Amino acid sequence: MEILVLLKQVPATESLIAIANDRVSIKPDGLKYVMNPYDELAVEEALRIRESQGGTVTILSVGPAKAAEAIRTGLAMGADKGILIDPGNLTCDGLATAKLLAAAIKPMTYDIIIAGHRAVDDDNFQVATALAELLGIPNISMVVKQTLADGKIRCLCTVEGGTKEVEATLPALIATQRGLNDPRYASLPGIMKAKKKPLETRSIADLGLDAAGLQPLVTIKALKMPVERKGGRVIEGDSVAVKVAALVKALHEEAKVI
Amino acid sequence: MTHNVLVVAEQIQGVFRKVTFEALSAGLKLAAQTGGELQALVLGSGIDGLAADLKAYGAAKIMVADDAALADFTTEAYTQVLAGVIEQVQPGIVLLGATTQGKDLAARLSARLNVALATDCVALAVEAGQVVATRPMYGGKILADVALSGTPVIVSLRPNTQTIAPSAGAGTIEKVAVTLGAVRSQVVAKQFESGKVDLTEADIVVTGGRGMGGPDFSAIEALAEALGAAVGASRSAVDEGWRSAADQVGQTGKTVSPNLYVACGVSGAIQHLAGMSSSKVIVAVNKDPEAPIIGKADYALVDDLFEVVPALTAEIKKLKK
Repeated sequence: MEILVLLKQVPATESLIAIANDRVSIKPDGLKYVMNPYDELAVEEALRIRESQGGTVTILSVGPAKAAEAIRTGLAMGADKGILIDPGNLTCDGLATAKLLAAAIKPMTYDIIIAGHRAVDDDNFQVATALAELLGIPNISMVVKQTLADGKIRCLCTVEGGTKEVEATLPALIATQRGLNDPRYASLPGIMKAKKKPLETRSIADLGLDAAGLQPLVTIKALKMPVERKGGRVIEGDSVAVKVAALVKALHEEAKVI
Repeated sequence: MTHNVLVVAEQIQGVFRKVTFEALSAGLKLAAQTGGELQALVLGSGIDGLAADLKAYGAAKIMVADDAALADFTTEAYTQVLAGVIEQVQPGIVLLGATTQGKDLAARLSARLNVALATDCVALAVEAGQVVATRPMYGGKILADVALSGTPVIVSLRPNTQTIAPSAGAGTIEKVAVTLGAVRSQVVAKQFESGKVDLTEADIVVTGGRGMGGPDFSAIEALAEALGAAVGASRSAVDEGWRSAADQVGQTGKTVSPNLYVACGVSGAIQHLAGMSSSKVIVAVNKDPEAPIIGKADYALVDDLFEVVPALTAEIKKLKK
């Protein structure tokens, strides 16, 4: 089974995000970068499929040279090799990122592509599904369980108010949702081994693409901070009953939400 | 430049999602700005009678793609039909609800048509002939104004962010021919909890956190029932295995914008706050007066949640009698 995993390096979710002076990007200072949490699930699921079916796990990422760290983490978890696509000065929107990945993947042999359903920085929910379209393969999103049989993948997916099971013929792309698995930590021997695993970097030109076809259709005009919430009223009272009555009264008469 | 606005209506089990009506109302405002008309498309099977439910929201034309193959949503089949309709009616703006289905469909469509997509937007405007959308990034820690180039542009709207305003429209209902090529994915089973309101669309959300101390959420569920609310959980509660990941509110879970958010035993880590700060009114029940959530709540009740929550449930039941 040839398995490809899409991965992105993102600021850790505990990060405080501040806007840079240009007003269209964030301040990189002091940010800790990690593998996107949904991509950890993707790497783990790929490793489990390889463990049961044999094959190779290849990680692909679009990002600056620094993003190689996140690929190395995936290699340390057990993936076999990595490809970093460095777009250089080009600012990629979600679709341009999918185009880069499609160009790298088209000449490759693969049975399954596994990706996080979104990256927790841009929150675009776009790259994985758009890539499936560009490759002309089916995609299944929000996967919490998958089984492979007879050239097909069957997935349990979360949807609003329930679940559904979707089946697709391989090759297919699946996008992970929390609950799929519990990602392993990279072991110390794993980290040592990862240093020797192949990780190649490709430029836009290496992929045979032209920056003109990758110009972003979505551009950030301005970033702003959401209105900061200030603490309101602490409900006082001698007993729980008094406080609860005061709260319900406030919600009913003042806030008018119940 | 005149641009029509096409809203992709989303129905599940024969009922339109609330966000569909929000998208129609937002679409009508946009159409007024672009000088175009509002159109809607419904996809499904056996949905003839359903389209009329959209008539009261100002659409000039309601298109219906009714085919057995569209009974259940699959990204591939719905993309094919939607792309065909777009080619035919040439809208300037395509609006969807930013639901599980809407986000997936929008992403595949953007690649099919090679057009701009802005996901999960909370506000929309037309500036100098260009659509500018406001969307949260970093789980809601930042808001971005993004400009969308090309035609059409696709925007998915976050549920519970747009005001629903019924409006008269011609509402002509038209059937759309459905031609499907190869579809390599299909829904083979589904399970829906009847009557359950999804977190993202609920008017009221009651969330339990680490302070719950274990998987027994019965007090939270009783309060949610009294309020007609959906039940959420903090990341800690999900990590402990007390609740399913589908219930998680926060940066690695769902973002919610209800009228009322009641956080019980939730400390208010930055990832959690990012996912619920756009709620209109926040109530925190926590015995720790130093918990970060207390500083963000409109109303804070500092006490033992196991005493407060049942008392609150009883008081609300009394109020609703």
